[in-house]
Amino acid sequence: MEAFSLSRWIGILRKEFIQLKRDRLTFGMIVGIPIIQLMLFGFAINSDPKHLPTAVVMADPGPYARAYVAAMANSDYFRIVGQVDEKQADELLDRSQVQFVVTFAPGFHRDLLRGRSPTLLVEADATDPMATGGAISVLRSLGVEVFAADLPGLQRRPTPPVDLRIHRRYNPEGITAYNVVPGLLGVILTMTMVLMTGLAMTRERERGTFENLLATPATPLEVMTGKIVPYILIGLLQVTLVLLAARWLFDVPMHGSLPLLYAVVLLFICANLTLGITFSSIAQNQLQAMQMTFFFFLPSMLLSGFMFPFRGMPEWAQVVGNILPLTHFLLLVRGILLKGNGIGMLWDQVWPILAFMLVVLGVGLKTFRRTLD
Amino acid sequence: MSSLAIDVAGINKRFGDKHVVRDLTLQVRQGEIYGFLGPNGSGKTTSIRMLCGLLRPDSGRGTCLGLDVLRESAAIKRQVGYMTQKFSLWDDLTIAENLDFVARMFGMRGRREAVNQALDELGLSGRRQQLAGTLSGGWKQRLALAACLLHQPRLLLLDEPTAGVDPKARRDFWEEIHRLSAAGITILVSTHYMDEAERCHRLAYIAYGSLLATGTASEVVAGCRLHTWEISGEDIHHLAERLRGMPGADQVATFGATLHVSGQDRTRLQDSLRTLAEDTGVGVVAVTPSLEDAFIHLMRQAEDPLAA
Repeated sequence: MEAFSLSRWIGILRKEFIQLKRDRLTFGMIVGIPIIQLMLFGFAINSDPKHLPTAVVMADPGPYARAYVAAMANSDYFRIVGQVDEKQADELLDRSQVQFVVTFAPGFHRDLLRGRSPTLLVEADATDPMATGGAISVLRSLGVEVFAADLPGLQRRPTPPVDLRIHRRYNPEGITAYNVVPGLLGVILTMTMVLMTGLAMTRERERGTFENLLATPATPLEVMTGKIVPYILIGLLQVTLVLLAARWLFDVPMHGSLPLLYAVVLLFICANLTLGITFSSIAQNQLQAMQMTFFFFLPSMLLSGFMFPFRGMPEWAQVVGNILPLTHFLLLVRGILLKGNGIGMLWDQVWPILAFMLVVLGVGLKTFRRTLD
Repeated sequence: MSSLAIDVAGINKRFGDKHVVRDLTLQVRQGEIYGFLGPNGSGKTTSIRMLCGLLRPDSGRGTCLGLDVLRESAAIKRQVGYMTQKFSLWDDLTIAENLDFVARMFGMRGRREAVNQALDELGLSGRRQQLAGTLSGGWKQRLALAACLLHQPRLLLLDEPTAGVDPKARRDFWEEIHRLSAAGITILVSTHYMDEAERCHRLAYIAYGSLLATGTASEVVAGCRLHTWEISGEDIHHLAERLRGMPGADQVATFGATLHVSGQDRTRLQDSLRTLAEDTGVGVVAVTPSLEDAFIHLMRQAEDPLAA
C-alpha cells in the first residue's frame, strides 16, 4: 500500500479548484444559491401575510362602520382598497384582486345602538387557507374593542355587539389540498417541461448527433418543433394524471370548464418549453441545462405563491414573482377550478405569460442562430 | 464544366477573430478520391462543413455538384453524404432505427427496402435490433458510412473516417471507398495517415487555414523540389542531432531505423553528407523523397512565417 502523499493530494485539490473556476455556471450556483435562498427565506417569505387588500361594501354608512373599517386598517392585516357594491365585490374576489370583502348590512348603525348584534359579513378568498388565517383571527378579537369607548354598556351585554360571520369563499372548510393540488399542476409542468426540453437539445449537441441532424435536409424549424411536440403531449398527460388525482383522491372541486383549463395549461406548457429550448441553446452541456433549470425552478416555487402566500411578500419579491409564469398560472388554475372563472376573467393573468414567452423566445432565437453557425 | 464535383474559389471563414479558412480554392473531379490533409486545427473540418452546407462561408463563391454553395445549401445536402469525425448516430437507437431515421430525414421513397438492403450489405441483418452505442469502433464506422450512403449521394465527404479504427477495418474501409469511386461517386476524405493519402487520386494539403499544395501524390512531392538521402547506421538519434546543424539539411526525419535528410539546395547538402560519411562511416544513399518528406517540408514552411 502506497503512503498518503501530501503533494499528490494537493495536486488533486488544485486541479479540482482550477476546474471549478473554469466552470462559471457551477461556480455561480455555489455562490448564488445560498444568497438567493437567504434572500428568499430571510426577507421575501412570510407565512403571516399582512396588508391584505380588502374591499368594503357599505350598505349603511355610519360612524361605527367607519370606526370598524379604520380599526381593521390599523391592525395592519388589512389594506382597505375602497368601497364597492356587492356585484363589484364578487368580481374582485373572483379575479383575486382582493383577499377580503367586508359587508356592513343595512341598519348596522341602528341595530348596534339597540344592542341587536347586527350582522357583519366578512368574505375571504380562502383558496389559500394559509393566506387568510392570521387576518381572520385578528378580526375575531376586533369587535368588542372598537366600540367599547363609544358604547360603555357594551361589555355587560349578554350577546356580542356584532354578529361576525366569516365566509371562506371557494374553500369553506379551509382544506389545504384545494390549494396545493391545483398548484402542483404548475410546479410539475415547470419542472419537467423546462428540464426535458433543455436536456433534449443539449443531449444532441453533447453527443455530436446534432451535427448529423443538421447535415440532413431537416430544417431548424422541423427540428425544433419536432422535438417540442412530444413534450407537449407528455405535459398534457401529466396534467390529466394530476387532475384525476385531484378529483378522485383529494375531492378538489372543479367548478370551471375543463376545455378552458386545458387551453390555459397549453399556454403554460408552451411558455415553459420556450424557456427550455432557450436554456438548451445557451447551455454547453446537459449539466448546465440542469443547473439553469434549477436556478429558474427555485424562485418559481418560492415566489409564485405556491408554497407561501404571495401577498405576504415584500414589494420587490412580488415584482419578481409577477415575472414568473407560474405565479399567473396558479391564479388561473385556482380561478378556473375553485372559483369557476370563465374566459372573460383570465386576461389579467394570460398576458403576463404571453409576454414572458415572447421575450424568452426572442432571446432563444437570437442565441439559436449564433450556435448554428 | 460538369466534370467537376466541387469547384470553389476564395472561400473564407472566421470564428470571432480566428481566421480558420483562408481563400480556399478547390477543384475535385467527378468520381475521384480526393485526399484532404493537414495538421490538426488546420481548417479541414470547417472546410468540409462549408462544402456540405452546415456552415456558411463568410466570403467566396463556387459550386458543389453544380449547385451554388452559398445559396443552394439545402439542395446540396440532399445529394451529399457527410460522415462526421466523431460517431454521430444515435447510441440509444438500434441499428435499424438509426438507418430508418436517416432515410426519413432524406424523405426517401422505398425506405424499408433501402434500409433492409443496407443491413444486408453490412452483414448486420441479424443484429438489427442491437443498440448502435454497443457496436465496436470498426462497426460504428461501417454503420456511419452505410447511413450516409443510404440516400445515394453523388458526393461523399468523409471527415477522418478511419481515426481509431484497427488496421484490418481500415483496409476494408478503403476497399469500399475505391468500389464507390469506381461506381462514379466522388469522395473527399480527410486523413492523417500517409498510406491513406497515397491511395487517393489527388491530394490537397492545408495548414493554418491556407491551401499549400494540390495535385497527385507525385506532383505534390515533385512540387516541393526536395532532395533526400537515406542514412543508416548505429545510434541514429545522435546522428540526427548532428545532421540538424549541418548546412543544407533543411529537415531530418526518422523513418523506422533510418533517417531521411532532405534539403532544397542539392550541392550543399551533398557536401555536408560526404563529410559526415567520411567522419563516421554511416551509409548514405540518395532516395526519391516520400510523401511524408513532402508533408514535413510543407508543414515547416507553413510554420516559418509564424515563427518569424
